Amino acid sequence: MSDAVGKAYPPTLYAVGREKIKEYARATGETDPLHLDHEAARAAGYADLVAPPMFAVVYCGPAMGPAYFDPDLQIDFARLVHGGQEFKWGPLVLAGDEITTVVSVTSIDERAGNGFFTFESVSTNHDGHTVSVGTWTNVVRA
Amino acid sequence: MSAFEPGQELPELTVTPDRYLTVRYAGASGDFNPIHIDEEFAKQVGLPGRILHGLWTMAQVARAQTEAAGGPHTLQRLSVGFRGMGVLEQEIVVTSKVRAVDEDGTVHVDTEATQAGTTIVRRGDAELRP
Repeated sequence: MSDAVGKAYPPTLYAVGREKIKEYARATGETDPLHLDHEAARAAGYADLVAPPMFAVVYCGPAMGPAYFDPDLQIDFARLVHGGQEFKWGPLVLAGDEITTVVSVTSIDERAGNGFFTFESVSTNHDGHTVSVGTWTNVVRA
Repeated sequence: MSAFEPGQELPELTVTPDRYLTVRYAGASGDFNPIHIDEEFAKQVGLPGRILHGLWTMAQVARAQTEAAGGPHTLQRLSVGFRGMGVLEQEIVVTSKVRAVDEDGTVHVDTEATQAGTTIVRRGDAELRP
């Protein structure tokens, strides 16, 4: 199983839509017009509606699935807990962006019978800029 | 924005997830794990009922930072640990305190989220560029 450290999954491409940003912004309680009104975003100097930073979970979603469900990792979902999360952000993501995400396994450990699985996601926009790097820490409880 | 100083507390964010929040967030995020949206399933696996998505709660911690610092562009990094579980229909309070300010203006913030006295997001560590 620890052989999987370093394993990378196929890149996924996510096209960022205006209405999806609004849906996410409303579900997370955002009130900043940059996330809800594309004209306000343009007036503020952005090309289009601005995604909240945590929208990273949306464009990373399709890339994370194959990692969590990788038979090589044998993750027991009944005991899986999301232990921690980190994002580092680059340029803001806007409606109309196309985001490519690559996920890899960065560590697999066992401590006190608990399994620790850490994934890294690296997301890049169509201009080649890294828009976010995520560290996804999961615990499979003993 | 006014300058940030070590020890300064950022405005508290309070939010009460309504009964159907996890359903809307599941649709918005794509995370349809039934422990968040199916009361019976959640109880079958030993939970008190449907629980919040940890990443939704993290989004509240992120929002506390961007609202305090002046917009989404200010948030450079956020790391959190999840503990326990968040539940519906109970107020969540996000508190944040400036730990340090670098020469280049980067603000380091310690932050956490609590619900009914229980810490559900701990060891929150944010970097802001106001």
